[in-house]
Amino acid sequence: MTMDLSDETVAAASAREPVISARDVRVWYGTTRGAIRAVDGVSFDLAPGETLGLVGESGCGKSTLGRGLMGLLPEGAKRDGEVLFRGRDIFTLSRKASYQLRGRELGMIFQEPLTRLNPLMRISQHFEETIKQHEHGLSKDEIRDRALEVLRLMGIPPTRYKSYPHEFSGGMRQRLMIALALVLRPAFVVADEPTTALDVLVEAQIVQILNDLRRNFQTSLLLITHNVGIVAEACDRVAVMYAGRIVEQGTVAEVFKHPQHPYTRELLRSTISLTTTGLNFIPGAPPDLVDPPDGCRFHPRCPSAMNVCASKNPVDIERPGGGRVECWLVGPEDQIPPGGKQPLKQEELTVADEA
Amino acid sequence: MPTKPDTEAPDLLVDVRDLSVHFALRGGTLSRLFGRDSGTIRAVDGVNLSLRPGEVVGLVGESGSGKSTLGRALLGLVPATEGSIRLRDQDLAQLSRRRLRQIRRVVQMVFQDPNAALNPSMTVEEAVGDALRVHGMKSAAERRAGVVDALERVGLSPVELFLSKYPRDLSGGQKQRVVLARAIVLNPTLLVADEPVSMLDMSVRAKILQLMLDLKHDLDLTYVYITHDLATAKYFCDRVAIMYLGRVVEIGPTEEIFAHPRHPYTKALMAAIPEPDPDKMVPRDLPRGEIPDAAQPPLGCAFHPRCPEAVSGCGWESRDLRTLVEEHWLRETAAYDEERTVIGDLAHLDAPSTSATIGSGGSAQVRAILEGMKAEDPDEPLWSGVQSIEDAGSGVTVSFEPAPSPALRRAGGVEVACVLYPDEG
Repeated sequence: MTMDLSDETVAAASAREPVISARDVRVWYGTTRGAIRAVDGVSFDLAPGETLGLVGESGCGKSTLGRGLMGLLPEGAKRDGEVLFRGRDIFTLSRKASYQLRGRELGMIFQEPLTRLNPLMRISQHFEETIKQHEHGLSKDEIRDRALEVLRLMGIPPTRYKSYPHEFSGGMRQRLMIALALVLRPAFVVADEPTTALDVLVEAQIVQILNDLRRNFQTSLLLITHNVGIVAEACDRVAVMYAGRIVEQGTVAEVFKHPQHPYTRELLRSTISLTTTGLNFIPGAPPDLVDPPDGCRFHPRCPSAMNVCASKNPVDIERPGGGRVECWLVGPEDQIPPGGKQPLKQEELTVADEA
Repeated sequence: MPTKPDTEAPDLLVDVRDLSVHFALRGGTLSRLFGRDSGTIRAVDGVNLSLRPGEVVGLVGESGSGKSTLGRALLGLVPATEGSIRLRDQDLAQLSRRRLRQIRRVVQMVFQDPNAALNPSMTVEEAVGDALRVHGMKSAAERRAGVVDALERVGLSPVELFLSKYPRDLSGGQKQRVVLARAIVLNPTLLVADEPVSMLDMSVRAKILQLMLDLKHDLDLTYVYITHDLATAKYFCDRVAIMYLGRVVEIGPTEEIFAHPRHPYTKALMAAIPEPDPDKMVPRDLPRGEIPDAAQPPLGCAFHPRCPEAVSGCGWESRDLRTLVEEHWLRETAAYDEERTVIGDLAHLDAPSTSATIGSGGSAQVRAILEGMKAEDPDEPLWSGVQSIEDAGSGVTVSFEPAPSPALRRAGGVEVACVLYPDEG
C-alpha cells in the first residue's frame, strides 16, 4: 500500500496519539415525553489501526453514538461533549468543515448496502463521484486505478467495474460499500452492523475483510454490532454499552475472559453458540431512557445487585486487568456506604418487562 | 435408514416424498406474448423428509436454500409441483383450498418477523382470537377463554394486562409470544417455526426458545424449526436437514451431524459461526462466493463452485472458468489490461455449459494465459475436471467432465449428498 507523503508524516507523528478521543459524549432526542438520553456520558480512545467493538442490546445507544460521532444525527437530536480527531474537536466544527471531513477522514459503513448505492449509477460512477467530491483534479484513469486497487482488496474483480449495483449479490454490495468508504483512506471508520443482513458464510467473509483493514489501510474502526462472536473475531478492544453508557471496556481477550460487569457476563452467557449447553437469558428489558433507573441503570436486571446499586451512580474506575468498568462490585470500596454491599431486594421481573 | 424410517410406519406424522416446488419466472411482457420460457426457480427440488410425533426437525441453510419454501409447503401455502406431502393419511398436495384450511387447525406456522406477522390494528385478544373465529368458533366467550388460556401458556400473564394491547405497545419478545399464542390457540399437532428468534435480541432469544421447548412438552407438539443459525439448531433439534439450493445435502441426528459433519457445506456453516471466545478464530479457508442464482443452478453438485474440498467429478463448467479467470486478475492486477485484450469478453460464459470457448487474441496466447493460471495454483480442482483444451478460432474451447448432481447416500449415521462419500446404495 502506498500512501502519499502528507498522510505518512501525519501517521508517523500520531502513531502513539489516539485518532479519536471521545470525552463525555452525550446525545439526546427531544420528544413530547421529555429528552431521550440515548448516549449519556461516553468516553473512549481509539488508536491508529485499532478496531473497537461496541456491543449491547438494541436500544442501548450504540447506533446513536456512531452517528453522533459522524455528525449524522436526525433533526431534533442534540449532542454534547468533546470528540478530538487528531487534536481537533469535531463537535465544534462548522457545517462546511465537518462536511469536508466526512468521507475524506471519517467514513461510515451501513447495514443495508442496497439502500446506500444508487441503482442508476455504475460502480465506476460511484467511485468517480466519491473521489471527485474530496480530491479535485484527478483524471479518470487515476480514479480508476485507485478504485480498482481498493476493489481488489475487497475481492471484487476488475471486470465488474462498469457494472450496476443490482448485478451484485448482497455480500458483494457490502464489499462495494466498504470499498467506497475506504477509497479515500479515511483515518476513522464507523461500521454500523455491517454484517447483520448477510448470511453466515458471507458474514464470515466480511468479518475477515474488516479484520484485514488495519493491515491494509491503517484505519481505525468502530465496529457496532450486537454479536459478541464478531467482536471476538474482529476487534482489538471492546466497549460494552448499556442504557446510554459504556459500562465496561478493555481488550477483547481480557473483557471476554474475565468480565467484571454483570451485564457483560450475562450478555456473553445469553449468546447461543456451538458450545452452548444451556439456555441463559437476561430478565427484563433495557430501561426507558427518558427516565432511567436511579443508581446503576442495570440494577433492576442485575443478578448480583447490592443495596448501593439502587441509590448511587457507579464510578468509572480502572478495571482489574486493564480497561475501565462502572460497577460497585469492583469498587471503589471506600465510596460504598455502610450496609451498601447487602444483596438488593429486587422486584421480580415478569414477561411484562421483557425485551 | 434413519431419515426414511420404515416408510409405511403408522407412527409417522408427516411424510414428504420427492417434493418439488418450482416457481415460474415471469419474463417481460414481450417474452410472455411470444410464449418464451423465462425459466423456473427450483425452490425445493426432490426433497424427502419425515417427521415422527414429538420430534424437532431443523431445516438449516442460507437464504435461498429453499428451507422456508419447504416449510410453507407443509401448510399448503405454496403448491407442490411434484411429489407428495402426507400428513397422517392425507396428501396435502392433492387437497382443495377448503380442505387445506381445515388442515391448518393441525399445522400452524410461527413467522420470523413478529412486526410483520401481527396486524397493527388488532389487539392481542383480536389477533389470537381471530384464528379461532376463522376456524368457526362463534361464541365470543369461548373465544376469550381460548385466548386467555393460550396467552397464559406463552407466559403473557397477567393476561388482563395484555388482552387489549396493540403490537406497538409490546416489545419484540412479547410480540413473538403473541405470535406463538396465535399458533397454539387451535391446539395444533405440528408447528412450523420459520426463524422464530432471529429478529430478536440475543438476550431474549434463549427465553423464546425455552418457551418453545416448554410448549412442546406441555402440548405434545412436533416442530419443524427453520433457521440459518446452526448454533440454535444444535441446541433445539433432534434431527437436522442441511439444505442448499433446494436440496437436502445432509440429514441425520443432530448429535451425529455436529460431532462429525460430512458435507463440506455443513462443515463450512459450522466453521463460520464466530464464537465469543477470542482464542477461537474462524478459519480463513471458508467457501468463496455466495449462494448462486436458483434459476440457473451450477451443473453437477450445486455447492461445487464454493466447495473447499471439490474434486474432479463435481461438475465443473463454463461459469467456474469465468470465476477462475477473474480471481486470477484479482491477484495479478498488473497483467489485467494486457490479458483482457487476449481473453476478451467473459459474459457469454454465464450460460451454463460443460464446454467453454474463450479468447479472441489467438489460441496460443490464450493457452499461455491458462497455463500460467494453472501454474499459479496447480491444486485448483477445476483443472482436474478439464477433459480437453482445443483450439477454436482465435481462442480455445475448454471441455469439462460432465457430472450429475450427487444423490443422498448413507455415510455413518447420516445421509449426505456428496461425491466424497461412496454411494453404497
